Amino acid sequence: MTAASPLRIGVVIFPGVNTDGDTHHALETFPGVSAECLWHKDPDLKDVDGIVIPGGFSYGDYLRCGAIARFSPIMQPIIDFAAEGGLVMGICNGFQVLVEAGLLPGGLIRNVGLKFVCRYVNLRVETADTPFTSRCDEGDVLRIVIKHNEGNYTVAPETLARMRDNGQIVVRYVNAAGERAEGANPTGSLDDIAGVCNETHNVFGLMPHPENSVESGLAGGADGRVFFQSMIDTLRSAEVRA
Amino acid sequence: MTGDAQRRYVDRTADLDAALELGLTADEYEHIKQIQGGEPTYVELAIYSLMWSEHCSYKHSRPVLGRFPTSGPRVLQGPGENAGIVDVGDGWAVAMKVESHNHPSAVEPFQGAATGVGGIVRDIFTMGARPCVGMNSLRFGELDEPRQRYLLDGAVAGIAHYGNCLGIPTVGGEIYFEPSYEGNCLVNAFGAGLIRTDGIVRAIASGVGNHVVLIGSKTGRDGIGGASVLASQEFDETLEEKRPSVQVGDPFTEKKLIEACLELIHRKLVVSMQDLGAAGLTSSSSEMSSKGHVGLDIHADRVPLREAGMEPWEIMISESQERMLAIVADEQLADVREVCDRWDLDCTVIGEVTDSKKLRVYWHGERVADIPSRRLADESPVIRTPSVKPAYVVDEPVAVTDAAYPQPQDHGAALLQLLAAPNIASKRWAWEQYDYIVQANTVQIPGSDAAVLRLKGTPRGIAFTNDCNGRHCYLDPYRGAKAATAEAARNLACAGALPVAVTDCLNFGNPEKGEIYWQFEQAIEGIAEACEALDTPVVSGNVSFYNESFGQAIYPTPLVGMLGVFDDVSVHIDAAFKDEGDVVLLLGDSAAWMDGSEYQKVAYGRVEGRVPDVDLELEVKLQARLRAAIEARLLKSAHDCAEGGLAVALAECCVFGGVNGGAQWADPEAPRAGRSGRWLGAEVDLGAAADVVGAAGRPDLALFGEAPTRVVVSCAPERVAELEAVLGDLPHRVIGRVAGADLRCTMEGEELITVPVAELHSAYESLPQRLT
Repeated sequence: MTAASPLRIGVVIFPGVNTDGDTHHALETFPGVSAECLWHKDPDLKDVDGIVIPGGFSYGDYLRCGAIARFSPIMQPIIDFAAEGGLVMGICNGFQVLVEAGLLPGGLIRNVGLKFVCRYVNLRVETADTPFTSRCDEGDVLRIVIKHNEGNYTVAPETLARMRDNGQIVVRYVNAAGERAEGANPTGSLDDIAGVCNETHNVFGLMPHPENSVESGLAGGADGRVFFQSMIDTLRSAEVRA
Repeated sequence: MTGDAQRRYVDRTADLDAALELGLTADEYEHIKQIQGGEPTYVELAIYSLMWSEHCSYKHSRPVLGRFPTSGPRVLQGPGENAGIVDVGDGWAVAMKVESHNHPSAVEPFQGAATGVGGIVRDIFTMGARPCVGMNSLRFGELDEPRQRYLLDGAVAGIAHYGNCLGIPTVGGEIYFEPSYEGNCLVNAFGAGLIRTDGIVRAIASGVGNHVVLIGSKTGRDGIGGASVLASQEFDETLEEKRPSVQVGDPFTEKKLIEACLELIHRKLVVSMQDLGAAGLTSSSSEMSSKGHVGLDIHADRVPLREAGMEPWEIMISESQERMLAIVADEQLADVREVCDRWDLDCTVIGEVTDSKKLRVYWHGERVADIPSRRLADESPVIRTPSVKPAYVVDEPVAVTDAAYPQPQDHGAALLQLLAAPNIASKRWAWEQYDYIVQANTVQIPGSDAAVLRLKGTPRGIAFTNDCNGRHCYLDPYRGAKAATAEAARNLACAGALPVAVTDCLNFGNPEKGEIYWQFEQAIEGIAEACEALDTPVVSGNVSFYNESFGQAIYPTPLVGMLGVFDDVSVHIDAAFKDEGDVVLLLGDSAAWMDGSEYQKVAYGRVEGRVPDVDLELEVKLQARLRAAIEARLLKSAHDCAEGGLAVALAECCVFGGVNGGAQWADPEAPRAGRSGRWLGAEVDLGAAADVVGAAGRPDLALFGEAPTRVVVSCAPERVAELEAVLGDLPHRVIGRVAGADLRCTMEGEELITVPVAELHSAYESLPQRLT
C-alpha cells in the first residue's frame, strides 16, 4: 500500500448496533479515509487498516451488554488483529464488547442512577501516549456526549493499580475546569474512568461518543475529532514506515 | 407436527352474547348478519369487532375530520396512509405521524409507552422512510400521587428503552400534569422519517397470485383485544384485568426489521408493505386488500407462533409487536428470504393475493372466515353524536377581584413558585433518558421551543414541535385548539423555521356523550381555521376517544405536531440570552389574561373563565416578521411566551442564558456561564405591558398572565434599528436589556421582582425533587 491510497477503517456491525452509520459518516469526514462495513458474520476483516466497534445495542443488550456479540464470527479475527498490534477502538457498546471479549480489563455495570443518561460530559485526557490520543496534550478537556445505561466502569483494585502505572486510563470525567469533582461523573464509574486501553495501548474503549462530535454546526460539537485524528495519524505514520 | 397444529378447527358460538363480549353493539351484530347472510363464524365476528372498533374505524370522528385542510403544494401524501409525507426540498421528504398509546400505558406504562414508540416507528418505515425523529407528549395526574409518579417513571423509561435501542433521536416532547388525567394518562408518540420523494411505498395489495409474506416476530397471545376492549372503552375497576391486552415490545427485533424492510423497499423486492398494528393481521390484510381492490387468502395455520394452542381468531387479532406484512411477487421471494435470513428474521408465506375482493381465512385448509374487505376497512358504521355545549363553558373572562384573587405580597416568590410548578419546570429529568443526538443531525437538543435537525448533505434543516394546553381546551375547545396550533407554529418560528404541515393526536373522552362530541367538533374547527391561516395542512393523525375513567373525562387534548423547514439551517437560534447589553424586545404586545393560566392554577387553585382567542392575522404577521429577522441574523434569541406569561419566559431566557448553541444546556453542573463567564440576568420594565384583561393594572397579571402571539427576543444594541425596520407595523416594544446576574422586573419604575438567576435555575431544575 502507498501513502496516497485511502486508509481503510472497518466499522463492525452487529445486529442491534445503531451508530454504525454515524461512525461511518464521522470517519469519512476525514480526508483520505474510507470506512468499510464489517458484518458480524464475516469470517475476515477485509484487510482493513484499523477497526472501530460502534455503539448501540448489539443483540438488544440481552443477557448482558456485549455478552452475545462477543461470540460473533467476526470476533476471532478482531482478537487476532489486536494481538498483532492492530488498532481497535470500541465506543460505548463497542467498549462493552471489547471488555466481554477480554481485550480490555474490567467490566461495565449499570449507572448509579439506574437510568439511561444522555448528557454532555467533560473528559480529561490522562495520557497522550496512546495511538488514540496522540494528537492531544495531557490535561486537555473535551466536551462530548455520553448516552448509555451501563457505563459504570469497574475493575479489581490490583488491576486498577497496574492500569494506572501502565498509563491505561485514557480519559476521565471531570468538571468544566478540568478537575475531578463531585457530580462530574454521571455514571458512578470507578476512579471517574470514561475510557481505558489495554497493556499494549492498541485497543481503546470509551463510553462517550466521539462519532457524534465531529461537526461544529451540530449540537454535538467537534471535540471528538481528536480521537479519530490520532488513530488516523498513527495508522498513516505506520504506513509510511512500512 | 404437534397435536396442536393438527387440531381441527372448532367453531365457537358467534351469537349476540359473543358479539357484545367482543365490544360490538346489537345493531352492529344485526348489520354483520346481513352482510354475512346469516350468523357469522366466530373468526368473522372477532374480525368485525376489531375493524369496527372506534380505534380502527374512526366511526365517531370520520364525519368531523373532513373539515381539516389536507392538501398543498408540499403534500405528497395526506391522511389515509400509515403516515403523511411532506416535501422539504432537494428531493427529500418527511413522513410523519403521531399516535396515542394511552390505554395500554395507563395499564402498564413501560410496555405501553415502549410499544407506542414501536408502532409509530413502523408506520414511518412502512412508507419507505428511514425514521429520523421521535417526540412524545405525556399527560399524567398530579405528582403528589405515588401512582402518577409510577406512571411517569414507567412511560419515560419505556420510551427510552425502545427509542434509544432503535437509534432514533428523541428530540422533543412535553409533559403536563392535571388532575383530569389521573385515571387515564396520555402517551402520544410522534415519529418522523426521511425519504426521497420518488421512493414512497403505499400499503396497497396488488397482483393476483402474489405471495402474502409475514416478516418479523412470532405471533403470541399478547395484545389480543388491544384495539377493541382496551382502546375503545372507558376505564373502570376492571383496569388490572386488561393487563393481558397490553403488548410487549422487543426493540432489538424492530431495529432488525427497520434495516431489513428498508432494504426490501429500496431494492424494490416488495410490491407493498404494511405494518401489523392495532388489530394485527386482521387490519393489515383487510386494509391492503380493500385499497388494492383485490382479495387476500390468509392461512392462519402457517403463521409462526410463540405459544401453543392458539386458535385462528386469536392469530388473526393478536397484536404481537414487530411484525410486517408484505406482498411479494414469486420471482422475488428468494431475494426477500435472503434479506430476512441475513437479519435473522422469520419470513413466512402465509397467503396469496386473489381476485375475490374478500378477506378469507383458512385453518388447515378449512375456510373459517369469508368477508368482503371493503365492508371491514371502509364501510364501517358512521356515528355522529348530537353535540351539547357543556354547562361549565362560559362566554366571559373571569373578574379578577382582590377577594377571589388576592394579590401576591412577593412577586419574586410567585415567580419561583411558577418556575418550580411541574408544568413549567425543566423536564431534563425525562429527556436526559433519551438519546437525542444519534444519527448526527441534531442541531437543537430538547429544552428549547423547537427541535432542529440538519438535512445531511444540504444546507437545509427541519424542525419539529408538539403542543397542546389541555386546560385551555377544556375552558374553550375551539379557542384552545386554535391556540395550540398557533403556538406550535410560533415555536417553530422562534427557531427560525417555516411551519409547513401538521399531524395531530386528538385525545378526548367518550364520543357517545354529547358534551364530549361538542368538545371534539369545536376543537377540530379551531385547528382547521388555524391550519388554513398558517398554511399548514393536516397530513396525518390519530383519534383517541374513551379517555375516561369512572365516567370522568380527561381535558380535551388535541395535540398538534408540526413540521417546519429551513432553507439554511445555520440561521437557527434558541431561546437563551447570549450577551450582556443585548436589547430585549417583546413582539406582539397583547393583553394578558388570568383565565386558564398556569398562574391561576398554581397560585389560586382555580381553573375558570374563558381563554383568549388567537388573532390569526396578527399571528401570521408576527411569525413572518420574526422569521425574516432570524433569516437576516438580527436576533440572538427568541422565546415564545406560554405558560407562566412574560415573567416566566424572561426567567427561562435567563436560565438558559449565556449558552452558545445549546450544547451547554445539557450540563447541569456548569453554571450557565457562557460567553460572559457567569449567570446572565436581565433588567426589564413592563411599562405599558401592564395591559391586562379582567383587572386593570394588576402587576401580577402583567407578569404572569397569559396571551397568545407574544415572543421575547434579544438583539445586539447596534442592530435594533435594522430589526425595527424588519418588524415594521408589527406591535413590538423594547422592554429592557440583558444585564447583571439577576432578573429584575419593574413596572413603570416600580420594583416588582429581583431574583438571582442562580435561584431561578434551582427552581426551574427542581422537578427531580418531586419524583422521590
